[in-house]
Amino acid sequence: MTTTGSTESTATDVVARVTDLRVHFPVGRGSVVHAVDGVSLDVRRGETLGLVGESGSGKSTTGLALLRLVHVTSGTVEVAGQDVTTWSRRQVKPLRRRVAMVFQDPSASLDPRLTIGASIAEPLAVHGLRGSKAERRERVGELLDLVGLRPDMADRHPHEMSGGQRQRVGIARALAGEPDLLVLDEPIASLDLSVQAQIMNLLRRLQEELGLTYLFISHDLAAVEHMSDRVAVMYLGRIVETGTPEQIYRNPAHPYTAALLSAVPTADPARERERRRITLHGDIPSPVDPPSGCRFRTRCPAARPDCAEKDPDLYQVEEGHRAACLYKVEAVREMRAGADRATG
Amino acid sequence: MSEPVLALEGLTVTFGSARGTARVVDGVDWAVHPGQTLAVVGESGSGKSMTVLSATGLAPRGAKVTGTVRLLGEELTAMSDADRRRARGRHIGFVYQDPMTSLNPVMTVGRQVSEACEEHLGMSKQEGRKRAVELLGLVGIPSPEERVDNYPHQFSGGMRQRVVIAMALANEPEVLIADEATTALDVTTQAQILELVAGLQERLGTAVVWITHDLGVVAGIADRVVVMYGGRIIEQGKVDDLFADPAHPYTQALLAARPQPGVRADRLLTIAGTPPLPTELPPGCAFWPRCPVRGDARCEHEEPPLVEVAPGHEVRSFYRADPAVTEERSA
Amino acid sequence: MSVTEPNAEHAGPAPTPHVSERGRVWAALRRNKPALAGLFILAVLVVAGALGPLLAPYGINEVDADHLFQGPSRDHPFGTDDAGRDVFSRVLVAARVSLLVGLVSVGIALLVGVTIGLVAGYYRGVVDNVLMRCMDVLFAFPVLLLAVAIVAVLGRGLVTAMVAIGVVYTPIFARVTRASVLSVREQVFVTAAVSTGASDWRIMRRHVLPNIAAPLIVQTSLSLAFAILSEAALSFLGLGIQPPQPSWGRMLYDGRGYVQDAWWMGLFPGLAIFLVVLAFNIVGDALRDVLDPRQLTKDEARRTA
Repeated sequence: MTTTGSTESTATDVVARVTDLRVHFPVGRGSVVHAVDGVSLDVRRGETLGLVGESGSGKSTTGLALLRLVHVTSGTVEVAGQDVTTWSRRQVKPLRRRVAMVFQDPSASLDPRLTIGASIAEPLAVHGLRGSKAERRERVGELLDLVGLRPDMADRHPHEMSGGQRQRVGIARALAGEPDLLVLDEPIASLDLSVQAQIMNLLRRLQEELGLTYLFISHDLAAVEHMSDRVAVMYLGRIVETGTPEQIYRNPAHPYTAALLSAVPTADPARERERRRITLHGDIPSPVDPPSGCRFRTRCPAARPDCAEKDPDLYQVEEGHRAACLYKVEAVREMRAGADRATG
Repeated sequence: MSEPVLALEGLTVTFGSARGTARVVDGVDWAVHPGQTLAVVGESGSGKSMTVLSATGLAPRGAKVTGTVRLLGEELTAMSDADRRRARGRHIGFVYQDPMTSLNPVMTVGRQVSEACEEHLGMSKQEGRKRAVELLGLVGIPSPEERVDNYPHQFSGGMRQRVVIAMALANEPEVLIADEATTALDVTTQAQILELVAGLQERLGTAVVWITHDLGVVAGIADRVVVMYGGRIIEQGKVDDLFADPAHPYTQALLAARPQPGVRADRLLTIAGTPPLPTELPPGCAFWPRCPVRGDARCEHEEPPLVEVAPGHEVRSFYRADPAVTEERSA
Repeated sequence: MSVTEPNAEHAGPAPTPHVSERGRVWAALRRNKPALAGLFILAVLVVAGALGPLLAPYGINEVDADHLFQGPSRDHPFGTDDAGRDVFSRVLVAARVSLLVGLVSVGIALLVGVTIGLVAGYYRGVVDNVLMRCMDVLFAFPVLLLAVAIVAVLGRGLVTAMVAIGVVYTPIFARVTRASVLSVREQVFVTAAVSTGASDWRIMRRHVLPNIAAPLIVQTSLSLAFAILSEAALSFLGLGIQPPQPSWGRMLYDGRGYVQDAWWMGLFPGLAIFLVVLAFNIVGDALRDVLDPRQLTKDEARRTA
């Protein structure tokens, strides 16, 4: 497997690197879920890497692996140049200060019994960052202010806040230990539309002010495009395409990306009517028994017989843009033509 | 235009609680015609689901429902409970967000689909089964003769939602009500379901009421759109008019809050605060506390009326919100 | 429209006023009449337990050979027993023993059971299997038989009774705790705590235990009732408190020979056991209703779109 990053990226500007990562879960009766099955990516300092995919693509599991929150079956996870794949429980503790996580549903990810101040102070207490209670309280106030909440809200409980406010608390907690990398796992998915924009703006502002690095995991293609400097598209435990948002969204090189993009509805009735949708047939296959060869071939409108035999590597489409398809851009072109015929 | 299939007039739903009365739905009027799709859009707490549930007699216990609801010209609100249940079962099909909650896990999907046919169309068991196979095929389930004997857990999420749609269509209903029916699905699966419903609608002439928060879905499927906020309709119109020329500051803000494909704006336009709870509605215009325009002194304490800004395009506002003015004020 | 200011949320709607958990529970209990009655009985029990010897009109072993088997009267509201001792005083003083046995034995069961259940539920796997199978073995014995066996090993007496009852109730607490822990540890907030680097011990103490408090409080209340009943049963069998120390169970035993002639000897201690057990049960049930986790989230209203 080749890494998704361009070769010139040096060790210092890579905050986290995952190489040929595999995470397999046993699910009884000898079956194994291949949640992540050979993923390589790196996250560079100060950037937002968008990880986009549908359910079962393994995007969240990849994020969890960066904090060693799932058992890594094979491959390596490096954070700040150190291989953390086999670190002991004790060693993992400082790792979880370097890499912090924001979860999807803020009402589930905050302990209902604790005040939000106590939740935010947890990383401080765990890592012994601010010795006294008073110092910690002061820091909690700073963090609340940073995420746009009043410092006196520290004494509230999660149920006394709105969803958007709770997610701000989740972000404040993640920032408490001054992490190098924030893994944002569907941070806006469970929020109301008008609140999603607030949270995206907040994340952007924090990144500018604090120079943060994000791994932005989402199924929302528009949000990923808006937030990311680079995007990786996942399908069934693999990265199928990676590049800048411009490259991926304007000129997708993998049939799956093209189909995914064509399936996203836009708030424009005229455009929706003349949309040439590439409809995929069937469902995502089970990760217990992924298809041989190219994983997308069972749903790919442009699949050919040898797609079942050869497992395609990522090839370079252009500088910084890679895709894993045997037939390169030809497949996408063919699909588009097919969609045109269907509508025309 | 033909007679509406389902028409609501002044529908109001209130809940009495210790802390006062909550008006969850407040004076909602809309109608859906054969073969047409009406989209009801809103955020959580907007009353969009409660409107439809209450209109069809499915309001939760404790709800006080007033107003008139006509199904095929007959007044649903004046019927006895038993008649209403019969009319609903015969003429309306429902599809909810989570297919697992609509399906009985210990019954084969075939039984579940055919049961509706047997109950409301008086079919025999054999006829029901035949019809079930037919319907499962209609909604695009491969090899329906075999799948008819499977249980819900043997289907994927998208396939389950197809089964629910097959159940909803079992009685050849005149109206299909879809409440966030694709929200829990992946986009590629959502595209399949949207395409399926559009195709069925064309073939069967069913009227569709699509309740959603996703403006993208609305743009793709709706003929008319109703935007709800704080239990009231704040804007309604034909889909093209509404998207091309949104008149209410809330509608404008909703459209602007989504990142635009291909446009990497530095900041998204947002609406401050969160949608209000039905128990905490402000006096006057429900959107007033979050409104970036507040174009009239009356906004604070008087509820604005629904006024027509273009033929068939109504907005609840004291003033005609002008996008240019809005932009300027927010700068 | 405005670009989000950092303080955008400040302008949001006023959040629900702060109501403390304790305040809410108390308010709900106050509306529940039987629970109030139960709490009253328990309050009387506590007062009797604390001040019994001071309140008792007679000494517990004040033998009065002239007044044997006296029926209830102004001088002896519960009558006198076969040694002329005042039954009322003895019932009052025995409250302390009952309370003490109940508290200590349930305390033992709580401490050991919760620890075992917490470790089993949190770590699962082999640890869980070994610990819970031990509990199953303990649980399989009939309660009194197990207690009798323990008494046989340790000898009779107050301490033995406490230990025996404590051991008997340990598996119940272990099971309740484990079941609750299993569901709590699947919650996202536990994963979130793990993601901050918190240790297992910290997560169990700060996140898991407080979130399983409700079922444990209910179980404690119910177990207190059964512990007091068990103590009475052991004492009735002569395996608990040794005479001349008064105990409700022992008094019941002593009164059994005189049911026809001196019914008050058995009736009043029996009534005391009945009322206290009933009170703990009622309060336990009320707490179960009040502490129902479904009532804890007021935000459910927000999700109904």
